Amino acid sequence: MSLELIEGLIIGIIFGFFLQRARVDKYDVQIGAMLLEDMTIFKFMLPAIIVAIIGIYTMYDLGMIKLHIKPTILGVNILGGIIFGIGWAIFGLCPGTAGGALGEGAWDALFGIIGMFVGAALFAYLFPYINIELMHLGDYGQVSLADVLGINHWIVAGVFITTAIGLLIFFEKKGL
Amino acid sequence: MKKGMNPYIAGIFSGLLLVVSVYVTGHFFGASTSYVRTAGMLKESVAPIVEKSHHIDVLYYDKYIPIIDWQWMFVTGVVIGGFIAATLFGEFKLVALPRRWIKRFGTSIRKRAIIAFIGGIIAMFGARMAGGCPSGHGLSGLSQLSLSGFISLSGFFGAGVIVAHIIYKKRLFS
Repeated sequence: MSLELIEGLIIGIIFGFFLQRARVDKYDVQIGAMLLEDMTIFKFMLPAIIVAIIGIYTMYDLGMIKLHIKPTILGVNILGGIIFGIGWAIFGLCPGTAGGALGEGAWDALFGIIGMFVGAALFAYLFPYINIELMHLGDYGQVSLADVLGINHWIVAGVFITTAIGLLIFFEKKGL
Repeated sequence: MKKGMNPYIAGIFSGLLLVVSVYVTGHFFGASTSYVRTAGMLKESVAPIVEKSHHIDVLYYDKYIPIIDWQWMFVTGVVIGGFIAATLFGEFKLVALPRRWIKRFGTSIRKRAIIAFIGGIIAMFGARMAGGCPSGHGLSGLSQLSLSGFISLSGFFGAGVIVAHIIYKKRLFS
């Protein structure tokens, strides 16, 4: 096994460890967020994103790393996003956390995981048909919010971080 | 449910882990592409490769070649990491039904299996269309302030909130 693959495995193990310890990989917690009753996944995700934004953009400014921004194509981002959300509420786990759930013994996740293999295969079959029209509807390319707004990324980062912290304080005040 | 690690602390460490990952390996986190690669590998192990060019899905598997890559190992690691954490803290337990599910739908495992399967199909179809899942668009996307991340995540959570309220027969505004 190459070093690259071993690194992937180790980083995945550590991430899976934190997902499990923070209770993020549980159906009850994920559905709890969607029912707006338990905001644990935000208390995990937002601090992770805040730390990562600072680390990644600092390294980017120093020329140490390259960004891998996914292309913005409004048609598929919006429609695909909504379809994912529907499936997420029905299954109760997402592609990453389903793995963690299975790892801690919640074996109903396995049926969802098999479903996700089928969903991936189904998309591969239908890909040629949706390729043409929808795949280019509102294509902005690999852009960040800062690119679109034409301002420095640290301004956007500052606004995002402030908003995220405000949201977390709100959740804590509401006891969510 | 036993109290685990403070989610803020776990989140901060996960953010640092992503930063380390990007610096050391050059890879951001993601999960849904690995499901595509696995689906492709499962298919190749069943269907003869010679006929491949006649298959309509060849276009997509050319884009996401069915091989074990960094992200595939990462997702496999998440399963192992979940197992290690649960075992270390004495929480590993084979459970088929979540508590909220039992309250709403009762104790039929078959019902949960079918619904989870269907939900999985829909979720992955949507994730592939959107170009990522809460790991790729969420954690990695927002960490780069990517526009696609903000848009997709709004779709994920917006639709998730509405459908979960319908499934659990709860009013969104009360």
